[in-house]
Amino acid sequence: MDKTSYRNLTRGIVAENPILVMMLGMCPTLGVSTSALNGVGMGLATLLVLIFSNSAISLVKNIIPPMVRIPSFIVIIASIVTVVDLLMAAYLPALHAALGIYIPLIVVNCIILGRAEAFASKNNLWQSVLDALGMGIGFTLALTVLGAIREILGNGSLFGIALLGEDVNPILLFIMPPGAFLALAAMIVTFNRLRKGN
Amino acid sequence: MSPNKSNFWNMLLTLTIIALTAAFVLSYVEQLTGEPIKQAKDARELEAIASVVREFDNNPFAEKLTITAPNKKSRFELYPARQDGVINSFAIKTFSDNGFGGRIEMIVGFLMDGTINNFVVTQSQETPGLGTKINDEKFKAQFRGFNPERQKLKVRQDGGEIDAVTAATISSRAAVNAIQKAVDAYHNFNTGNN
Repeated sequence: MDKTSYRNLTRGIVAENPILVMMLGMCPTLGVSTSALNGVGMGLATLLVLIFSNSAISLVKNIIPPMVRIPSFIVIIASIVTVVDLLMAAYLPALHAALGIYIPLIVVNCIILGRAEAFASKNNLWQSVLDALGMGIGFTLALTVLGAIREILGNGSLFGIALLGEDVNPILLFIMPPGAFLALAAMIVTFNRLRKGN
Repeated sequence: MSPNKSNFWNMLLTLTIIALTAAFVLSYVEQLTGEPIKQAKDARELEAIASVVREFDNNPFAEKLTITAPNKKSRFELYPARQDGVINSFAIKTFSDNGFGGRIEMIVGFLMDGTINNFVVTQSQETPGLGTKINDEKFKAQFRGFNPERQKLKVRQDGGEIDAVTAATISSRAAVNAIQKAVDAYHNFNTGNN
C-alpha cells in the first residue's frame, strides 16, 4: 500500500478522529453511548453506511453540478441508510432489534455528509473507501470507549456483564445525559493531551 | 469538484435523476424485504409469548382472541397456549402509557387460575440502565406466582406488594399498570362482558 493510501486509511483513527478531534457527529455520540455494546453497534452501522455513501458519491462526483451537490448527497445518504435499515430488519432481525432506533439517526450524522463533502467528492473510489474505513473505525473505537466508560461508572457493568456486586450503587448520573457530556469532555481532554505528547 | 458548471437545466436533470433512482431503489428494496420483515416480527412475538406461557404445541397466533377493557376503550390480544389440546396458560399483549419515556408494551403470561406466570417487555423507551430494569430478572421474579385476586398488585409506595426498581418508580408503576390492564381485561372477558 502506498503512502497516500496508508495516510487516508489511518487518518480517521487518531490524527483526525471524527469524535475526539474533529468533533463531528456529537448528537448520536452523546445519545447512544449509554453502553459499550450500543457504541459498537452504532459504530459498525455507521461504518457500513459510510463505506457505501463514500463509494457512491465518489462515483457520481463528476456528473453532479456543484450548486446542487449537498441536496444530492443528502438524498443518496438517506436512501443508503433506509436500504441498510430495511435489509437489517429483514435478514438480521436480532441485531436490528438491538440497534433499530439508532439506524435512522445515521442520516443526520454529520460525519457521513462531512466525509462526502470533504473527501469523497474530491477523490477516487479506492481512496474514498479507505477514508470511510478509517473514519468508521475511529468513530467506532471512540464510541465504544465512551460507552464502556459510561457503562462501567453508571451501571457497574461492561458489555452487559456485571462487574460490581448487587449491593454496590453505581454512579447513575453517567448513564443519564449529563454523564455523557462529562465523560466525553474528560475523554477529549485525555486523548488530545496524549496525542500532542503533552 | 466537478468540472462542469451549474445551470438550471443540468441541476434540474441531476436532481430529477437522483430522486427517481432513489425512489425506484427504495420501493424495490421495500418490496423485497416486506415479507421477511413481517416473518421476523412474528417470530420475535412468538418467542416473547413462548417465554411467558407454559409449554405448548399449538400455534397461539392462529387462536388469537381479542378482548376489551372494562371501559370498552382499549382492546388486547389474548393468545392461548395448548398442550395436547388442553389450554394450560395464556398470554395477553398489553401496554401502559405511563412510562417515563412514553408507551411501554409487554406480553404477560397467566396460568389458568389467574396467577401471573411471567412477563416480558417488548417495546419501551425507558432510560437505559434505570427504567429498562423492569425487564430484569430481579424485578420480574416478584411477579411469578403472584395472584392479583388475592394480593395487591401495586408498588410498595402505593400500598401494594411489589418492590419498585430503585430510582425507577415511574417505570415500575407503568409496568404494574400494564399488567393490571391485562388482569382487568381478562376478568372482564371471563365474566362474559365482551
